[in-house]
Order: sequence, then structure tokens, then C-alpha cells
Amino acid sequence: MFVLVVCCFCSIAVKAQTETDAIMMDKNELCLGGIFAYSKWTNYWEGSLKRENLNIGSVSSRQYHFMGTYGLSNKVNLLFNVPYIITKASAGTLSGLKGFQDASLAVKWDAYNKKVGKGNFNLLLGAGFSTPLSNYVADFQPLSIGMGSTNFNGRLTLDYSVNKFYATLSNAYIRRSNIEIDRTTYFTDRQIQSNQVAMPDMMQFNFGTGYRFNGTIAEISVSNMTSLSGFDIRRNDMPFPSNRMNATMVGGYVRYNLVSQLILVGGANYVVAGRNFGQNTLVHAGLFYVISLKKSKN
Amino acid sequence: MKKLNAFIYTLILCAAISCKKDIIEQTEGLAALNPTSTDANAGEWKTILLSSGAEIAVPAPLPIADKLYEAELNEIKGLQQNITKDQQKEIDYWAAGGVLRWNEIMRELVAKYNLPPYQNEDGSYPFPQAANPFAYPLFPFSNPPYAARAYAYIAAAQYDALVATWHYKKLYGRLAPYKNTTGINTKVTPTDLPSYPSEAAVLAGTTAEMMKLLFPTEIANIEQKAASHQLSMMRAGAATRSDMLAGEALGRAVAQKFITRARNDKAGAAIGTPASWTQLEDDCKARGEMAWISLESPKRPPMLPGFGKVIPILMPASDLIALRPGPPPLTGSAQLAKETQEVFDFVQKQDRENIRIAHFWADGVGTYSPPGHWNAIAAKDFIAQNLSEVKWSRNMALLNLSMMDAAIITWETKYHYFNGRPCQVKPAIKTYTGTPNFPAYISGHSTFSGAAATVLGYLTPARADDYTKMANEASLSRIVSGIHFRSDCEEGLKVGKKVGEYYINRGNADGAQ
Repeated sequence: MFVLVVCCFCSIAVKAQTETDAIMMDKNELCLGGIFAYSKWTNYWEGSLKRENLNIGSVSSRQYHFMGTYGLSNKVNLLFNVPYIITKASAGTLSGLKGFQDASLAVKWDAYNKKVGKGNFNLLLGAGFSTPLSNYVADFQPLSIGMGSTNFNGRLTLDYSVNKFYATLSNAYIRRSNIEIDRTTYFTDRQIQSNQVAMPDMMQFNFGTGYRFNGTIAEISVSNMTSLSGFDIRRNDMPFPSNRMNATMVGGYVRYNLVSQLILVGGANYVVAGRNFGQNTLVHAGLFYVISLKKSKN
Repeated sequence: MKKLNAFIYTLILCAAISCKKDIIEQTEGLAALNPTSTDANAGEWKTILLSSGAEIAVPAPLPIADKLYEAELNEIKGLQQNITKDQQKEIDYWAAGGVLRWNEIMRELVAKYNLPPYQNEDGSYPFPQAANPFAYPLFPFSNPPYAARAYAYIAAAQYDALVATWHYKKLYGRLAPYKNTTGINTKVTPTDLPSYPSEAAVLAGTTAEMMKLLFPTEIANIEQKAASHQLSMMRAGAATRSDMLAGEALGRAVAQKFITRARNDKAGAAIGTPASWTQLEDDCKARGEMAWISLESPKRPPMLPGFGKVIPILMPASDLIALRPGPPPLTGSAQLAKETQEVFDFVQKQDRENIRIAHFWADGVGTYSPPGHWNAIAAKDFIAQNLSEVKWSRNMALLNLSMMDAAIITWETKYHYFNGRPCQVKPAIKTYTGTPNFPAYISGHSTFSGAAATVLGYLTPARADDYTKMANEASLSRIVSGIHFRSDCEEGLKVGKKVGEYYINRGNADGAQ
């Protein structure tokens, strides 16, 4: 399930069976499910200066993801996600927001397999697309539910496993469209007289390693997202969608087949370094069900 | 392999669809200003602080037969050799109109400096210091009252300086360089308006000089822009070096008059003192009303409580203060309960269109403020009207003088009554923009907008209804944002309109109508 939720100021990757891994559904198998995620941060980086803000307190978001994966073939999977997000600030007067965020659709292709040494090497290619499901407000950071841009990404994933242990390295380039905001001008490092905002493209890396056997996974990971342009939040200013948002996260993830068709997932991650980004902690848990759409053989 | 190709093509196609990242800004690529009238007699228009356009002496220029003038023409010819792309861009930028461009620069400065200072370790707040402007917090904090006054002083000084310019243009009648020789390419709209002194240099000189008062950390930056304005207009063939020198000197001299005035208008004391802040609270409580408190954490001192004492540039202070409306709904009254409920109902709905309105007009932290927004609205319409620089300036002066007075009477009223915001009265009210750190009644946005729409409706009658609608929406935006009661907004609009009417009278009597 290829899902990158680049969500608001506190953007974070929610993982299920994800774009960054090497797991494939078989042909005509459909995996459907949902994840609930809760994220929260109190400190954030204003540019590179770490600070708190007593006028927002902690910013939290509750996220409901409806997700699925379908095996077009044993080698090509389609993945989708529809998230609904609710944000809240624990202090100050600013209102939280809620709504459907960005629907994403992705294709993952298990392009190359080879036995190398004692283990298996696997190369996967991915391409993804996401776009806002509603005309939500992007220009109300950090309480907006998302960034409002339509994104495309291309991804390369390398996986190497020996027996029950594996390591996966995944890298994506995320192309983001301009967004339109409700005001006619805004200040970045200069005044821009337009309601259009050029959003920085992003580079994303993920490295995960752990145990993988018979549908059970236990992984620890480190990931990084880096904006390729954008500007820093000025001293005591509000954040803005086109800030240069960077983050490095560490996390853990488990996946377990309760019964053969029922999968339980859960995980957490934490931002250890950032720029124009909330020091987020995110926990998630979800349940998936695998259905075979194949006509019964003979 | 086929699969891989298909995959790559899909990727490229996707990237291409999302490729368009260039943003065309609103006043990019404007044609050169092409006034329908030169307003040749504008030297007789009524000035604001100058006694007349003739008050500041400008020496007579050298006759065009003089060898030195000939040398100046050669300088222009030299500047026009091999004009680079960047130089052409700079010419085109300034040729669209000096008042327009300096107004845009002002809006940018206001946005840049419109940031509330971060608190000290002990929870107190530092204040920007004019005497030490580069220390954090940078001077100034160009909040709405500061911005309204800055826009007004700049616009009024530019106007007086341009009236003086037009006076001397007519008096001396030295025509533009391209009228006096061959071989100069005219990169602005050719005009019969004399070029001595140069209006570009007057605007550059006036504005650069005013920065010494208003944005001291930007003097170096603005001086460079002033030099660029003058050099570009010389390269464009619009004026010679002596046209520029005379203009810049005139502009700076006029600006000095305004600076002297501004230094004594009591704005410097508007921050008040801890004792005066406590006094406001005590006075309000003594009247039996719920006193305003800062909803920021740590509690921030109220914004410029003494701004209501600032002396207006034109309008007699007593006339302005007489516009203060009666009290807001009293604490505990049914009316206040009703208005609080209205705000609560709006914010609870989280209606997308209302949030759009809230954000379109928010003009809060980090923006050019509500007066800046109305300058942007005005500029857009004036561009379409092909006004002369002096007429542009006169219109901008009327608009901005009215908004400075709107700021004064608004702040006077706010601190006279010292009442709380909806989210103070009912903490369950959450807001769609930052809660301003000063009392609610009357709404600054409403007063600014009432004044601006009234003045703009006078200047461009065909758009009067549109301006009224905009003002009403700007006013409403504060209710749906959750930060104002309906009384704040309705009374603000009324007061604003009255301020605007004063400037209609002024406009009818300044000789420019």
C-alpha cells in the first residue's frame, strides 16, 4: 500500500504496506483496510531555530486513512489512500480544521529480481499521484490539513533479504504543483503579488531493516524528506505552505497476519531533526483484509 | 523493456502536467505609463504641508543651448549604448509608473516588518527601538496603525513634492531630452511635459529621505532603488542628470518637512507605559465593564494604546475625535450575548466560503496590513486609468490620509472603551485568523475599509458600488473570523465613511478634481 501522506506542517509518512517496501500482492488480490493515526508536536523549527509557541501549544492531528492495494499482476500493484484529517491546537485561539485531504494513487512494479550471494536482491519502481479531494484551506499552517498541491512522484526501491532478514532503501522525487491561496499576495523573502504559490519539490529517502517472514514484519527505519527550494519562517512569523520543510524521522513498524486474510499493522515515528517543521510524534494502527477477486480455478 | 519504457513515459507525462511553476505577478509586464492628461497645471493644486508648490526654491536650469546641457544629452546617449536585458527590464519596471512602484515597495516593507516581537526570557516583551533599529526586534514593527501612518506620510510627501515639481516644470519649461536633440531613443511614453525637475527623481528622493524616519534599517536598500529609478529614467531618455539632481534635492527637501512634522505627531509615545496600560484596565473596570485582556501567552501589552492621540496630518484632531461612536454593547447585555452567539455560530460552521473571506481580508501578521490591501486595490484601478504621476499621487494621498485618520479614530475608540474580543467573552470561540492584541470596538478593518471605499468611490465613481461591497465584505470577514462582534464592524464602517467624506471635501477643493 503505497502511501505518502505529506500532511500539513506536521507532515509525516503513514506506513502500512507501503511504497517504500518490497511487498507485493498477488494478481487479483485486493487488500483493503483502514488506519487511524494520531500525531502531535509541541516544539517546531522556525527556520533552523527550535522553539515552542505558547499561542498554539501542541498541534495534533487525528487521521483516518482508507487504503487499499490491488494486484494487477504478481509484479504490478496499484495502491490508493483516502485520508480524512482533523487538526487542533491545544492553546491560543486558532481554530483547528478538518476535511478530506489528498487522495493518492500509485503503481508499484517489481521490476527486477536476482539471487545475489546468500540472499535475494529486488529492485522496484514506483510512480504516484496525489491530489486534494476538497478545496481545503492550505494557507492556515500549521492547522491546515494539507498543502493543497497535486503531486507526482517517481520512486526507486532496492531490497535485499537474507533468510528472514532484510534491508530496504527507497528514494522518491516528489514534484508538486503550484497552489492557489485565498489571498492575493504574500511575503516569502519578498512580496509576491499573486494568489499562486510555487511549492518546493521534495526528495524523500527511507531506509528500513528488520524481520520479514510469512507476512509478519518488524522493522526499524530512518527516513528523510528534504525540500529542494522554499524559504524559512521568519522570526515569530506564521509558517507557510512553501516553506523549506525538511525532516528526519526514526520509526518502527510491525505487520502481523492475524489469520491468513486479516492483517494488523502498527507503528510509530518521531522527528529527530527538522527545518520549518514540527517535531512530530506519530502513532498509527490499522487493520486490512485480503480478498481474492480471482474466479475460482476450474 | 517495454514495460520499463511505458513506465518512464508515464513518469515524464506526469511531471510535464505538473510542470508549470512560473508565477506571473499582478503588475509584471505593465506597459509604460501613458497619461491621458499631463495635468500641466498641477503646480497650482493645493498642497498638504507646503504652503504651495513654490515654497521650496528650485534654481532655474541651464538653457538647452548650454554646452553642459549638451554634455548631459551625450551622457544619455552613452547610457543607451548596448542596453542589456536587465537594464531594459529595470526601465520597463519603472516606466510603468513611479508612484505605483514606490507604493508597491512600501507595501513590501510593511509586510517585511509586520511581525510581533518574540518575548523575552522573563515573559516580558521587547519593543523595537528607533535608536537601535538593527537589534532584535527590528525597528519598526509595522503593525496596522504604524503602517497606516507610514503610507500616509509617504503618500502626502510624494504629493506635495510632485505639486512642487509640476510648478517648476511649468515655470521653467525645459522639455525632455528627446525633444532637444536627435539620437536619443525614447523608452518611455513621449510627453510634452517638461522634464525639469524629473518626477522620477522627486519620487525617489522623497521616498528615500522618508525612510530615515520610517524604515531606518532599509535606508541602504531604498537608496539603491532610488538610484535605480533615476538611472533607469535617464537611460530611458526621460530626463537628464540635471533634471534628476534638481528633482532629488526637491524631493528630499519636501520630505524633511514631513519628517519634522512626523517627529512631533505623538506617534513616538503611542506604545504607552506599564502604568498607562494598567490605568486603561482600571478605568474600564471602574465603569463596571469587562476589561480587555491580552489572549496571547505570555500576555502582551496592548498594541499602541496611545495611537489615538496621534495628530492627523490634515484633519483637525478635534474633528476626528468627535467621530468616536457611542459605547459597544455592555457587558452582560442581551445584545452582547446575541452578538457573541452570532460569532460562535459562524465559526462553528467552518464554512469554506466564510474562511475564504476571512483569509482574503485577514491582512494580519507578516502582511502589508489592511491599508496596504486597499492601496493594492486602488493601484490596480489607477493603472487602468492612465493617470499622470501627480494625479496618481494625489489620489494615493487622499486614500492614505483617510486611512491614517481611520487608524487614529479607531485606536482612540478602542482604548476609550477597552472591551474584549468575542473569544475573551466566550473562550469556545476559535478563530480563523490571529486574534489581534488590542480591544475590539471598533473594528480597524471596518474603519479602514469604510474610509477607503468612500474615498475610492469618489475617485472612481463607476466603481463606487464595488468598493462598498468590498468594504462590507472586509468588515464581515472579521465576524466570520471569530475576532469581532457585529457592533465593532458596523460602527467601524460608519466611522470610516465619515472620515472618507472629509477627504471627498478635500478632493473637491484641492484643484485636481
